[in-house]
Amino acid sequence: MSINATLIGQMITFALLVWFTMKYIWPPLFDSLEERKKKIADGLAAAEKGQEEILLAEKKAKGVIKEAKLQSSEIVNLAQKRANDLIEESKDTAKQEGERLIVAAKAQIEQEIQQAKEGLRQEVADLALNAAAQILGAEIDKAKHQDIISKVSKQLG
Amino acid sequence: MATEAHAAEGVTGYIIHHLTPLHVGEGFWTLNLDTLFFSAVLGGLFIWFFKTAAEKATSGVPGLVQNFAEMLIEFVDNQVKDSFHGESKLIAPLALTIFCWVFMWNFMDLFPVDILPLIGSMMGIEYLRVVPSTDLNATFAMSISVFCLIIFYSIKIKGPWGFAKELMFQPFGPWLLPFNLLLKLVEEIAKPISLALRLFGNLYAGELIFILIALLPWYIQPVLSFPWAIFHILIITLQAFIFMVLTIVYLSMAHEHH
Repeated sequence: MSINATLIGQMITFALLVWFTMKYIWPPLFDSLEERKKKIADGLAAAEKGQEEILLAEKKAKGVIKEAKLQSSEIVNLAQKRANDLIEESKDTAKQEGERLIVAAKAQIEQEIQQAKEGLRQEVADLALNAAAQILGAEIDKAKHQDIISKVSKQLG
Repeated sequence: MATEAHAAEGVTGYIIHHLTPLHVGEGFWTLNLDTLFFSAVLGGLFIWFFKTAAEKATSGVPGLVQNFAEMLIEFVDNQVKDSFHGESKLIAPLALTIFCWVFMWNFMDLFPVDILPLIGSMMGIEYLRVVPSTDLNATFAMSISVFCLIIFYSIKIKGPWGFAKELMFQPFGPWLLPFNLLLKLVEEIAKPISLALRLFGNLYAGELIFILIALLPWYIQPVLSFPWAIFHILIITLQAFIFMVLTIVYLSMAHEHH
């Protein structure tokens, strides 16, 4: 149990070990630790930021939804109004059309009545003339008595 | 010592045999080959392990090796940060080396006392003391290195005159200069001596107890050696830790102005 040259050998070994640790072992490992620490801190910060953004986005989305609801109800109202208008309009159109049809029909009926009257008048005149001719024989000249005939036929109308 | 071990037989012989290092040379120029060999191998193991971890070091998800290395690094770094407030590139790697190396020295204590000497004797090696920290040379080599660093940093930080002033004028002022000097010298020199002897004493005693247990009948041995080994796991870690922490404390004292 005595101090001897082993001491010197051990000191050299120790110095070498410390030097090697200081130069090649401590820095890379410690740096990687520090870097990871930074990464984790950054990650946490990013997560927090993300959460905040989610909250913000949720708020925004709620606003958008609200606005959309408002807009949609407005659109529905408008559409309803427009539909009512359309219905009113078509009702009017239909009424007008009906009236127009009625008027046209009436006119046609009138015309037809007139035509029929005219026809009848003509026929009656002819008949009357025929009858008169037969009664009076050939005494009545058609051209001569045109005035009288037309007067009569007017009285018939 | 070798001749004594040959002469003494029986129990004493066994004990002395176990505590005699494999050595060459005479007088001061004796080399304890087993201490040098085992501490170099353990140092190599330490370097190899941490170098592997350092090469693969990434800031991403660490592997098993890196995880363990980082755990130790962080542990040492915390210890350094707790007691050392200066800037130093040396002190943390130094503390890591001390902790790991001393721990591995001490760990050799947990191998059964006879197994490595038995293997050694099969290879023709007569003496083998496997625990480097039971060799005063190993513990003193480390503590004297630390002592040199203490002196170096004291002079570097405080300047030669500042350090000399601290030695001469504290704690009792310039009128008691010789007394101050004596007190300070004792205080400084006590540092490496206490460091070395504490580690040596603990491990030497521990190893001695293992040897004594090994002398008992085989059916008693486990009952005693099992609890002692478990207790020793605490001791070897604690001693490595104490050596490291005291080194940090001494060096931080060297960095401080009084």
